[in-house]
Amino acid sequence: MAYDGKSPPPGNAVSCRGVSKIWSAGTVRAHEALREIDLDIGPGEFVALLGPSGCGKSTLLYLIAGLEAVTAGELWSFGQRLLAPSPERSLIFQETSLFPWLTVWQNVSFGLAIRGTPVEQRRAVAKEALQRVGLSAAFDKRPDELSGGMRQRVAVARALAMQPKVLLMDEPFAALDVQTRQRMQDFLIDVWRSSGASVLFVTHHIDEAVALSDRVVVFTARPGRIKTIVPIDMDRPRNLFSTECEKLRMELTAHLKDEVERAFAEQEAFAVTP
Amino acid sequence: MASLATAVDLKDGNKMRGDTPAIPTHPVGERLRSWLSRVGWTIVSIGMFSGIWEVLWLVGIADPKLLPPPHVFVGNFVDQVKFFNTATRWSIGVNPESGPTPIEALMITIGATAGRVFAGLLIASALGITVGVLIRYIHVFEKLTLPTITLLSPVSPIAWLPVAIFLFGIGNAPAIFMVVIALFFHMVLATISQIDGVNRNLINVARTVGATKGQIYRLVIIPAILPGLLMVLRLNMFGAWMVVLVAETTGVGFGLGQVIMLARNTFNPSLVFFCIALIGVLGFVSDWILRIVQKRILYWVPETAGVLRGL
Repeated sequence: MAYDGKSPPPGNAVSCRGVSKIWSAGTVRAHEALREIDLDIGPGEFVALLGPSGCGKSTLLYLIAGLEAVTAGELWSFGQRLLAPSPERSLIFQETSLFPWLTVWQNVSFGLAIRGTPVEQRRAVAKEALQRVGLSAAFDKRPDELSGGMRQRVAVARALAMQPKVLLMDEPFAALDVQTRQRMQDFLIDVWRSSGASVLFVTHHIDEAVALSDRVVVFTARPGRIKTIVPIDMDRPRNLFSTECEKLRMELTAHLKDEVERAFAEQEAFAVTP
Repeated sequence: MASLATAVDLKDGNKMRGDTPAIPTHPVGERLRSWLSRVGWTIVSIGMFSGIWEVLWLVGIADPKLLPPPHVFVGNFVDQVKFFNTATRWSIGVNPESGPTPIEALMITIGATAGRVFAGLLIASALGITVGVLIRYIHVFEKLTLPTITLLSPVSPIAWLPVAIFLFGIGNAPAIFMVVIALFFHMVLATISQIDGVNRNLINVARTVGATKGQIYRLVIIPAILPGLLMVLRLNMFGAWMVVLVAETTGVGFGLGQVIMLARNTFNPSLVFFCIALIGVLGFVSDWILRIVQKRILYWVPETAGVLRGL
């Protein structure tokens, strides 16, 4: 399934064609993170990337964000080759990525400040974006005065302020407690619906993938390849205790189990022979 | 959507409920008490060491001619202060009585030394941070300068003393030069390591919204490294106080180093200990000033000392 040289349909929010990534290529520390990924994300689609840790799913996100260069293959977005970072594709990180020296609204409108937007307009955009994430009251606060969940919502607001077409989320709720995480999932669905952006959501949580996504892309252990893609055609909010969800969960668990075991075996072998 | 957002708010929004002040402040009484307790412990600590010294003197172990106890070297304050009247000592044909009063002379001496320390500190940090940032910003600049800087950084400032005199003769300039040279290399290397330690996510956020390299340095990296650099500056300030004394012994006219030289040449241990006490107080005060500056500029850095106290 190597790259065939034809450009993908221009309607796709993201298209990966034979994307491979080798970290520190050409050195002794070289290791292959991704091998020949072919993946299409439609506009407004919610796709979860699921896989054992270290399988390269986050790497794929960084490549799509344009923060890292591919080793082989091509990335496309809306008919354009994807070669550099762009505000159209906002990345939301697992850990806090707010600037601690800026207030919440300054953080949200940081991208506009970079473009030289006048301060009044920046405040207006920040106000609107904060309203959308339900944090209007935090406008003048500083990040360290907020809880973990609130900080992630500010990060989402910052992404929304740039009116992105693709939201890239790297396990954004992994550091949150279970209750907050569930609330944040509801919140994310809400934001996704109102923004119309595609969401690419990295997680190692099966429940999270089942609750949120239109499609679940399951990765193999290192090097990351697409093992299978499981479509989920169910209305949201989903009842995770329903029989369909139970079936999905079992299916995804089975897919993952092999890979996690393979990853473990590899790690053990690596530990024995240095 | 609105109802959902409110529901989310209720969950982890309890921090924002009501009109609680943005930054939790202690009531005035509690702050006063914590301040008094700090001052109290400082007095107890100094009192304890002075007490041991006094007892050693009382039982005859500490020879007052060599190790005069605190009540001796602080007690005859007026006599001690007379030695500071070195302002016109080197001039020929000047009546020694005509200079400033002893207290004025003390102030001039302290002011001169502190001025050199702070001038050196300011120049060294401005230069050090600029060079450090340029090294990371311009690759060729790094290749050209970093090896030499790394090579020179372990050289003791004492070795630079002759160079200071060759270049600047005597006066303020060589003393300030010594402070600068003592701090500069450390500031450069600290700046580089601080830049390397900046959270990658913050830089990536700026890259995603299309920030240029210059904007990333100006808006992300510089604010992110400031807290660490101010800490480095505080640690280096003690180094500056040490170096300035050495520099002043070479004949800058006046300054604490000069007075210590005088004390050494005239075999006056009382004066030596008096100067040591004075420098201790000055170092403490300047650290306190830097701490205030730190709090003002770096309002976002949380105070972490409380965590250790809980252990």
